Amino acid sequence: MTIRMARPDRGQHFRPRLHCLKKLEAIVVEMQDTTSGVKGSEQKLNVTTIPHVITGKDIIAWITNKMKTTPEEGQTFGTMLVAYGYIYPLQNHKKLVMCNDTSLYRFQTPYFWPTQKWVAEDSDYAIYLAKRNIRKKGMLEPYEQAHYNHLHEWLNHKWDFIVMQATEQYKAGKERKKPDRVVFDCQERAYWIVNRPPCRTHSAMDNSPDRLIDPNSEEKIPFDMYRRMNLFYQQAIMRSKVKSSVSLGALTKYITTYKTHDSFLAPCLPSNPWQTDNDTYWTLNMRRVDVPTKMRVERWSFSLFELLSDLRGRDDFKIFLKKEFSGENMAFWEAAEELKWGTASSMTSKAETIFKTFLAPGAPRWINIDGRTMGLTVKGLDHPHRYVLEAAQTHVFLLMKKDTFFRYLKSPVYKDIQKKAQNPETHNFSPAQLEQNAQNRSLGIHPITFWEQEEVEKAKAAAASVPVDVKALMSKLDRKK
Amino acid sequence: MRSPLIPEMATQEVQLNETLVHLKTESETLKSKLEEERAKLHDVELHQVAEKVEGLGQFVMKTRRTLKGHGNKVLCMDWCKDKRRIVSSSQDGKVIVWDAFTTNKEHAVTMPCTWVMACAYAPSGCAVACGGLDNKCSVYPLSLDKNENLAAKKKSVAMHTNYLSACSFTNSDMQILTSSGDGTCALWDVESGQLLQSFHGHAADVLCLDLAPSETGNTFVSGGCDKKANVWDMRSGQCIQSFETHESDINSVRYYPSGDAFASGSDDATCRLYDLRADREVAIYSKESIIFGVSSVDFSLSGRLLFAGYNDYTINVWDVLKGTRVSILFGHENRVSTLRVSPDGTAFCTGSWDHTLRIWA
Repeated sequence: MTIRMARPDRGQHFRPRLHCLKKLEAIVVEMQDTTSGVKGSEQKLNVTTIPHVITGKDIIAWITNKMKTTPEEGQTFGTMLVAYGYIYPLQNHKKLVMCNDTSLYRFQTPYFWPTQKWVAEDSDYAIYLAKRNIRKKGMLEPYEQAHYNHLHEWLNHKWDFIVMQATEQYKAGKERKKPDRVVFDCQERAYWIVNRPPCRTHSAMDNSPDRLIDPNSEEKIPFDMYRRMNLFYQQAIMRSKVKSSVSLGALTKYITTYKTHDSFLAPCLPSNPWQTDNDTYWTLNMRRVDVPTKMRVERWSFSLFELLSDLRGRDDFKIFLKKEFSGENMAFWEAAEELKWGTASSMTSKAETIFKTFLAPGAPRWINIDGRTMGLTVKGLDHPHRYVLEAAQTHVFLLMKKDTFFRYLKSPVYKDIQKKAQNPETHNFSPAQLEQNAQNRSLGIHPITFWEQEEVEKAKAAAASVPVDVKALMSKLDRKK
Repeated sequence: MRSPLIPEMATQEVQLNETLVHLKTESETLKSKLEEERAKLHDVELHQVAEKVEGLGQFVMKTRRTLKGHGNKVLCMDWCKDKRRIVSSSQDGKVIVWDAFTTNKEHAVTMPCTWVMACAYAPSGCAVACGGLDNKCSVYPLSLDKNENLAAKKKSVAMHTNYLSACSFTNSDMQILTSSGDGTCALWDVESGQLLQSFHGHAADVLCLDLAPSETGNTFVSGGCDKKANVWDMRSGQCIQSFETHESDINSVRYYPSGDAFASGSDDATCRLYDLRADREVAIYSKESIIFGVSSVDFSLSGRLLFAGYNDYTINVWDVLKGTRVSILFGHENRVSTLRVSPDGTAFCTGSWDHTLRIWA
């Protein structure tokens, strides 16, 4: 089933927006300033003398000074200038990186700068390759030859024009002075390395697939779009908002609460598996450990959501609920979750089971919710959909959150597990031991195997928790008598 | 004699134009009124609140694993709930499942299209979903049998009219949320391939999405080429909140761990933090020296750190509260295209156009 779009499918033609180009160009212009820019010199390349050659070292020093950053960042920026084609390397012309040494570079002529407006067309590339072929047959590299063959095939209808252009350009080139010709050849070659990069070259003009919508076009907003936008704005204005101090305070509080649990801010006990190649941390925090870690148990106390999200915590909570004979809320919540996230085809049967088990008058695990919610829910179950239990589920969740959860935290069940919980010692591996660890990384359990095990456990638990039908049991006992 | 039709139509058109102008003005008025209402409740800045919080120390984050095996640009990756396995997809159509801890490749699938821009691991760990230029999202059940041909059991779930940019399973293996270049997002039932809900509102390609980590789990945020980040109600299909402060395409959106805020990364080289309860942008993470686009963002477990992958091959780590950059990481040789923190927050993984993935801790 597809989504029908009102927009005609125009195919994808529009280059991703290159927002950085304006700033890049401004910097490149500054770099070429005769007084405050990068100092260039003449360099001999084979027999010719090339003017305005700059070294990587000087470029990076200028960038570092101008942007007030570190040399590494300066080098990164320099690499981007090369990758976009504003500067090109004279040696290693296929590697578009800036090296922080005496490697030689030149500024690319503005004619070849990347701009949003015109794209390096295939026909231009074909002319370039044809021209090189005219100059000297067999001069093309394998990847260029492959491009050439491909272009010759699909631009065949234009080929006469292409050869004509190539010949014209070749003739015009011959009339230039040798140094100018060498420079122009370098520039042109650099342009095409950037726009048609060979396999191992990382070029910044190598883009992802085009966008469907033209990012540079003026947005023509249709009539009804305005109506919808206005409606949206009106609703947004009416919606209740919270003061910044309150919401930002809550964000900060969250960070403070979880600070010691964040592996990037506090040490992982006993050690971070990625750093020491020892996965004890994961083994200690598995789904069904007898003794959870102290950190894990502490996290259960942060919110009911945390407690329920960690299935081990949920198990502990259920033990508490069993003691209080109030497990039906939790069971209902779980069943409602299964309905919400289940397959579309299972909706009706699940809804029926839930109704019979939790909501029908006299149901074995009847949940105590207010009359209005019960009424709405039962009515909705006539035509069950995945959000039919939303109201009831929220009500039950809030009940558990505001009451049961806090009693759990004060209960002997929780205090018990807090005491039992283990606090693993920090690992202190020697370099030799770390080497050992790296050689013996454990494979752990495959998720599929784990999932199969869990399904078995779930089935067992479901069978065990089926509510005892007292009437049936009594009549059975009577019959025995 | 009856007056000719053409002048009538001309008057109609003039009337229509006037109404359009009228609507546009009304739209602008409402927009400024909304800004006014938002500003009224803005009594403190984030960095002021952050003054009371202690600063962060020095960080030592290194590449702990380098995963080599893709023959082309890595476009997307996702973690498995087991905290060590990942799935990654690339330009050449290959989707690989790795045990990142041992660096072993466990499964590989070749899609019938190139540019697989989206991939996701199912919550159960038993399947992966992926899609891209084929305009579809397909689910591949994984198998313990290494020799099994996974493509045989492939299930086509989502169908869009343009490229698939992102996909994510919801809380179970049974639903997938997708976003597409056709400007829409959609929720699908995996078993039947049925469209459960579609989300219209973006004026251009939608590039990213993220599901809210809340107790109700009923909302998600999407970002697009129209510079907007929209928050949607999965039940009704309505856009409930919208933020338009970026200056260019939004490439990545990610919820803050509490679900009350989200971060976005854009081609305008900034990351921004939006507070959902206050209904406004509350922080901009940027530097004069950073001018290349952000491709991907994610929070550390506590929400204190924001990791962002950039098109200049680097990763910047931001202090979410104080707004400063705490670290810059080098290593990739082409743009960082995807970045995700592991489910237990012990590491984060980056995928790059240099054909590799790296695990950092």
